[in-house]
Amino acid sequence: MTQTQSQATAAKPARPAPVRPAPARPVASTAPATAPLDARPFVQRLADLPGLTTGATLIGTLLLWEAAVRLLAIPSYLLPAPSAILSSFTAIGFERWMTHIWSTLRVAILGFALAIVVSVPLAMVMMRSALLSKTLYPLLVIVQSTPVVAIAPIIIVALGAGDLPRVVITTLITFFPLVVSTATGLAATPPELIELSRSLRAPAWREMTQIRLPYAVPYIFSALKISITLAVIGAVVAEFVAAEAGVGFFIQFSTSMFKLPQAWAGLIVLAAMSLTLFQLVVQVQKRVFPWSLPKSEH
Amino acid sequence: MMIQQPPAIRFDRLGQVFRTRSGQTEALRDVSFEVAHHEFLAVLGPSGCGKSTLLRMIAGLLKPTSGQVEVFGMPVTGPRDDIGIVFQKPTLLPWATVEDNVIFPVRHKTGRVSPRERERAQELLAMVGLEGFGTRLPDELSGGMQQRVGIARALHMDPDILLMDEPFSALDALTREVMGFDLLRIFAERPKTVVFITHSVSEAALLADRVLVMSGRPGSVASEHLVPVARPRGPDSMKDPALLDLTADLRDRLMTRAAA
Repeated sequence: MTQTQSQATAAKPARPAPVRPAPARPVASTAPATAPLDARPFVQRLADLPGLTTGATLIGTLLLWEAAVRLLAIPSYLLPAPSAILSSFTAIGFERWMTHIWSTLRVAILGFALAIVVSVPLAMVMMRSALLSKTLYPLLVIVQSTPVVAIAPIIIVALGAGDLPRVVITTLITFFPLVVSTATGLAATPPELIELSRSLRAPAWREMTQIRLPYAVPYIFSALKISITLAVIGAVVAEFVAAEAGVGFFIQFSTSMFKLPQAWAGLIVLAAMSLTLFQLVVQVQKRVFPWSLPKSEH
Repeated sequence: MMIQQPPAIRFDRLGQVFRTRSGQTEALRDVSFEVAHHEFLAVLGPSGCGKSTLLRMIAGLLKPTSGQVEVFGMPVTGPRDDIGIVFQKPTLLPWATVEDNVIFPVRHKTGRVSPRERERAQELLAMVGLEGFGTRLPDELSGGMQQRVGIARALHMDPDILLMDEPFSALDALTREVMGFDLLRIFAERPKTVVFITHSVSEAALLADRVLVMSGRPGSVASEHLVPVARPRGPDSMKDPALLDLTADLRDRLMTRAAA
């Protein structure tokens, strides 16, 4: 069916019998195009602009911070002024920053990817077999409840220098929410669809790929959002233990040299990195799996 | 039915006992009945009388504890290709378009979809009154329209037998009535053997050739009623005195059982 055809028929369905006046969509929240003059105070209308309140809060906080540090003469090792942080940020230079950022980003993303590659099949296996689920689950809980910071040195000794031990540490810290959420999602499929699948005598793997796995997508994405920020934490923890580059290493190095404004600059870079990665996951879900979002977020 | 051929469906002294954590529950006891080829049978009864269990056993999804179920003269040993199911909830795939939902059974069973099958999906969508909605997502449709997609999905592999498990119970009263009349039209166009589970007395009487009243716990057949109203039926059939008499009778029977 061509596009124009489908639009023409969609506009005037042959039998428009049971179309209820759909009240489901919260259309009301977006102001109507022919809105009368807004009678509310200017400040309130200003607050509606996207991002403006966030921006204002941020700028206000920074100004307050700067003023407090200057007026109260707070020493920079306690709390450096935003201006001091900014000047040490620019002093580092683009190339040095890129080296550190790339080092941390590489480990975080590789560890995150490895966690996905391990967790999703693991969740599928646990879903299919009650026995495996019973055996593996306690093991996973044990791994999860052991503080990764404590195992990190052991892993570094075992796996040597290079990215590998750091990637493994990152994976260890990220994979648990993924396994649990994916397994929950795979089991949350409507029983009717599983009966439909069984009544069609479809192969079990197709029940997994065509029904269960897509149904788990919203669950997987909730976990991915948690895991991606955990991945940055994992990479930093690994750098604290052993590294010669990376934003975490940079922060530790700066603190040991008592260059606190510089450490704060690293901290802000790290936060920005986390936020960007998180937004990346949010955008992937929005673009690739829009149906998996709650209706209000379309 | 004078023709010498096995009935489409035959229940022979069937019993079903479920083992639960708190012991055993007898869901069905000594259920025997037949459904003729292209007959529309409505099964009426209180909730929890094992109506849905009957459907599962015809579909081969559940093995009876005693007795047996035959479909076209052969004992049911597992799921068969010539049976379609419409569930209480539409349970469409939220990520797939309406058309992809209709062809889902073929794609799920064989892994392939031919252009001919897409054409068939379009025809079926037109038949259930959803022409032009093929590219929409289920989310964009009302509950009644979603259930129409569910019916088109069940008809797509052209089954001989259609099992419908309270398909309209989640819809509002008006939509439900419209859907009933549409179902009459659909089955006039493409006769099928239908087993239709419902707890609406008027729905059962309007749609069915025969109504089976079940009693609850353990479920068994309490009475059987031919619907003495000629086809084609339509909104006027609702005023037919014979149909009104039958609905009153059915309602009385259900009431006394519910009160007992």
